[in-house]
Amino acid sequence: MEENKESLKDVDFWATNSEEGGWNISSTDEGSQKMLDQEDDINTKIQMGSEVVDDYFIEEDVSDDERMILNMGPQHPSTHGVLRLQVELEGEVVRRVQPVIGYLHTGMEKTGEELNYFQGPTNTTRMDYLSPFFNELVFSLATEKLLGIEVPERASTIRILMTELNRVSSHLVALATGGMDIGALSMMIFGFRERELILDFFEKTTGLRMNHNFIRPGGVAADLPDNWQKDVEQILKIIPEKLKDYDEMLLDNPIWQGRLKNVGILTTEECFAYGITGPSLRASGYAWDLRKMQPYSGIDKYEFDVPVLKEGDVFARWRIKVLEIFESLKIVEQVMGDMPKGPFKIQDKKITPPPRKRLDESMEALIHHFKIYTEGFKVPPGQVYTTVESPRGELGCFIVSDGSPKPYRMHVRGPSFCNLQALPVVMSDSPIADAVAAIASLDPVLGDVDR
Amino acid sequence: MFENIELSPNEYFDKVEELKKDGFEMMVDLTAIDWFRKKEPRFEIVVNFLSVSKNKRVCLVVKVNDDLNVPSITSLYPSANFYEREVFDMFGINFEDHPDLTRILMPDDWNGHPLRKDYGSGRIPVQFKNAPKVE
Repeated sequence: MEENKESLKDVDFWATNSEEGGWNISSTDEGSQKMLDQEDDINTKIQMGSEVVDDYFIEEDVSDDERMILNMGPQHPSTHGVLRLQVELEGEVVRRVQPVIGYLHTGMEKTGEELNYFQGPTNTTRMDYLSPFFNELVFSLATEKLLGIEVPERASTIRILMTELNRVSSHLVALATGGMDIGALSMMIFGFRERELILDFFEKTTGLRMNHNFIRPGGVAADLPDNWQKDVEQILKIIPEKLKDYDEMLLDNPIWQGRLKNVGILTTEECFAYGITGPSLRASGYAWDLRKMQPYSGIDKYEFDVPVLKEGDVFARWRIKVLEIFESLKIVEQVMGDMPKGPFKIQDKKITPPPRKRLDESMEALIHHFKIYTEGFKVPPGQVYTTVESPRGELGCFIVSDGSPKPYRMHVRGPSFCNLQALPVVMSDSPIADAVAAIASLDPVLGDVDR
Repeated sequence: MFENIELSPNEYFDKVEELKKDGFEMMVDLTAIDWFRKKEPRFEIVVNFLSVSKNKRVCLVVKVNDDLNVPSITSLYPSANFYEREVFDMFGINFEDHPDLTRILMPDDWNGHPLRKDYGSGRIPVQFKNAPKVE
């Protein structure tokens, strides 16, 4: 004890008051940061994050021992479902990528041939499960084109309202999961929190949060609920505020910029070659939006802009989704302003089932009801390909009819399936750490890829 | 805005080359139809092209010969890669000179081509308890 006290004499600081169990901290330079003499302006800027340097280009010769094939997925949180990637690595650099898909294949096109047109949306809505309304819409539009009918104005306006809100909710998921992949975990919670607002409105209107089967050939399944304006107003008020919060958190964030800028560049020519449409095409500098160029459901009467960015990197693809949310909210606001009155289904007894109440009163209504629910309605023979602008790009539906109540062939052109082909282009010759950012930016939905 | 052109497999590749020169930048969709016992020839391939500069679509319908060989257009439009693999997988149509013609959605060892009309959709026999035996 004596000896111990003696040794403590030359210690200049005590961490605790008690002599026993205390430990000493002597001053040291270890861990302190000092500017080096050779550190110039540019290096300081890089450290502070105001300058972003494209420093991943690695061209050193590596031995064959360092070449390895890595399986990413199919059970990997950053592959957004059951996507499997065979990645050929050279050291830390991705050289080749082979996407392996089909883990979620459920034969929906085959099922589509066995369901009649009335049941069709139930099937298609489950394809791209983040934007179910678009899938229902494109199937309904194709059927209506074959039938040669026009839906009432209120029906098409409700369709616009629901699809544009759906675009917001889908982009919010893309922002959320994209943030999570890069490590911005709060973004994950924020994105899903705001999406909940929209899903609550969907639930109130259609009865379900996903897979609604709401948009059907001939109109929509039900009218909007009472006081729907209040809910939509709430959405219109809260989401722009929250988007500002995201921007505050991420837009000027040096880590976010460093991880995303100049990563996974897609040029316009590459987009054309690989058939990439939607936000990814617009982020690489080509203004192409089917809502403007080949409008559907009367969307051309609303005013909105098509945001275009030139960079074509992951940052641009993230940014364009934020900008598109604002544009979609603009459309929703205009729809709120003038929702036309009138029927929400086409008044054609052969296509629209009669209301329940009529069944007790009218023999004819009972016959129509029975016919539609057992056999379905017949559609004239022909081939048709219709498209809508889904949150991920061009969503097409190709239907061949032979005159029976069931489609002879039903094919859905999923944008995710096509966009996935660009993954090798986006990922190759960049570090494995950027791979997840690249996948997240293309925003594939595996339900749409595999169908 | 939308036109259908019917072709034979021999004219197909040249026509696509021509379309590419005409400014159809994108091949957006490629699929097939099985006209089993309804029409001759049995298979048709339907290819949709999009010109974003002219805002136009063209649809080619290729009547497939009985040997089920069609030239691949992957060299002209790389986006055809996955679609041709899908059609190969689902209909068993062979695309010549395709870089990697393997099954894409079904497992590699799968027998048959599911979207053909003579391929029945799957039913799993359900075993009910104490059900009377059906002879």
